[in-house]
Amino acid sequence: MPLANMLSITSNTFLSMMIWIVLLLAALYFARKPFHRAVSSLSRIIHNAMRMTAASVRLAEKKLIQRNREVLMAAGRESAERLVEREFDRINAAVVRDLEGYPNLQRQLSELTTRLDEDYSRSADVPPDLPNWIPIIESIANIKHSGDSMVANMLGEINRTLTEQHKGSIDNYRGSNAARHSILNKMLPAWRKVQKTLNDVGKSIGNLNQRAKSIDRYMDEYEQIRQQTDKAARMLSSSSLTQFFISGLVLMIAFGGALINFNLIALPMSEMVGGASYIGPYKTSDVAGLVIILIELTMGLFLMESLRITRLFPIIGSMDDKMRLRMIWITFTLLAVLAGVESALAFMRDRIAQDMEALRQTLAGVEQAAVATSMIPTVGQMIMGFILPFALAFVAIPLESFVSSSRTVLGIFAAVALRLLAFILRLIGNLGYYTGRLVINLYDLIIFPSIWLEGVITGSKGKRQEPAKEPLFEDGGITEEAVENFNDTVEYKEPQE
Amino acid sequence: MKKTLAMALSFILILSISGCSDSKSRSKGVYMLLDTSGTYARELKKAQSILNYLLGVLQPGDTLAVARIDTGSFSEKDIVAKITFDERPSYANNQKRMFQQKVNSFISTVKSSQYTDISGGILQAIEYLNEQRSGQKYILIFSDLKQELAKGYKRDIPFQLQAFNVIALNVTKLRADNIDPKKYQSRVTKWRAEVESGGGSWSIINDLENLDQIFFN
Repeated sequence: MPLANMLSITSNTFLSMMIWIVLLLAALYFARKPFHRAVSSLSRIIHNAMRMTAASVRLAEKKLIQRNREVLMAAGRESAERLVEREFDRINAAVVRDLEGYPNLQRQLSELTTRLDEDYSRSADVPPDLPNWIPIIESIANIKHSGDSMVANMLGEINRTLTEQHKGSIDNYRGSNAARHSILNKMLPAWRKVQKTLNDVGKSIGNLNQRAKSIDRYMDEYEQIRQQTDKAARMLSSSSLTQFFISGLVLMIAFGGALINFNLIALPMSEMVGGASYIGPYKTSDVAGLVIILIELTMGLFLMESLRITRLFPIIGSMDDKMRLRMIWITFTLLAVLAGVESALAFMRDRIAQDMEALRQTLAGVEQAAVATSMIPTVGQMIMGFILPFALAFVAIPLESFVSSSRTVLGIFAAVALRLLAFILRLIGNLGYYTGRLVINLYDLIIFPSIWLEGVITGSKGKRQEPAKEPLFEDGGITEEAVENFNDTVEYKEPQE
Repeated sequence: MKKTLAMALSFILILSISGCSDSKSRSKGVYMLLDTSGTYARELKKAQSILNYLLGVLQPGDTLAVARIDTGSFSEKDIVAKITFDERPSYANNQKRMFQQKVNSFISTVKSSQYTDISGGILQAIEYLNEQRSGQKYILIFSDLKQELAKGYKRDIPFQLQAFNVIALNVTKLRADNIDPKKYQSRVTKWRAEVESGGGSWSIINDLENLDQIFFN
């Protein structure tokens, strides 16, 4: 029996259709509440599950942020400690250097002071006075004589002697003054020397003051980091990001250098280890070239560690100075040997390339072009082969920065990713919730004649019987404002007047 | 710690062993058959350019052999020159120069044969390349593919061409082909069927500008 016949209750199609619609509406009306509950439960499950997951993700994000902050602070504290330590080392060196010269300085100053004192004393020597009897003779010379020639001669003699005495005294005085001036003149370089020495002392003190100020500044920063202030966190975070990108850029440049280095030695390596053998999918000669470059990098890393420029391997940094010095020489020698090997390989590469080119020309039947005999390309390749290993040795510095900053940066990115995930989860939860609302509303819209009829019937029976309110979207532990609003929205639908 | 060290050492050992054993499986083995019968002998000048191309692209460790197709080609005596290139590029370059000279002198002095035993040449190529244990095996047939066997020669053995690439080069059209192209087509189809039934792959390169397609597969 066809379906159309089954649906035809009466001979009139329209009537049959109307009966079916009424029956359907009635069925939907009676199924309304269970349907509402089912949809509301489903949407609530989605909503709550998503929000719970989001809350968990947010918690993880908070923990991650906290961990990042701790890592950042620890790194910052370590860096500040290194800076302060370095400043103290410098002060120590300055103090040792200055104090080492201090006895000498003191002796110099003492000698100079003694000399100056002596010179001063000597310059203070006054010329001897005229003899004491001069005034007596002077008074005798002033006696008026009565014309006695003998007296006159005597007095004349006294006068002459006196004049001579005066002249002698004046000469003596002048000589003495000249000697004092000469002594004072000789004192001038001594004074200058004293001034210079004191200036040096002043400079040293000033330098120490400057260092002390730097230490104060570092100590302030250290204090802020120790107290884990937000300012310190922001400062360290920004510094970490800058370091990450700059060191990443330098590492990329170094990678380019390593690539050029690899191309320089890969071909001649096939002459040494053979060009037909493979390790996995890679040519053995390529792997050998790569291994040489990696060994160079490792040697560079150890050299930088031994020089205490980087601190990737604390065990090397904490070695005693003698052992460290040995390590410096060993790594440097190995690096130099490898650089020499690379230089030789670069030379070989040039020869092989020339040979291959000659063979290609022979096979192509081309007359061999006159080969330029310039040694410049060969020498250039050899120099590059020698320099690049040493240049690559410095990769250790950006590598350390990159490694230390990547911890923080990756942490920041992971936190952002978690936040995004939490947002998406909340969004999905809310979407699920409001989709439930939408479905319920659409359901009610479809069966609106039944609801209208219910309103009419209940209205005619009187408004005494209030329908029992059964909140479909009651507020859960995790549901928030949106849920409450949704409850209000749903509840008003129950008693359709 | 000891366990980790042992694991690392075994890994390196495995890599080394696989590296050593890998060299043969990655190498190419090329066996080139030169048809010296009748009028086709005049085409041999073209074979020189193919050979030069092969010498240019083959790498250290690869194998190359050139053999002639004559009345009875299933014979080592028909191998004109054969070599497995040294692993060192500089030595391999010298070997290539010597190989080229050898083949050039053969081509300049070759005398045309009365019959064309292509099947015998292919059988000899299969035997040689299998013996060399090359990873990728190529048989290049520089011929018009018209087989003419002398009386008494039997070549009804099916080819065992698994993992072989058979490439026919410069398959010229004969006068009869020009009159009836079906003859050319049936000749090519016959060889294709024989190769493919033996498990090998078949292709033709008539335009010698497209020699790079030899190792395209």
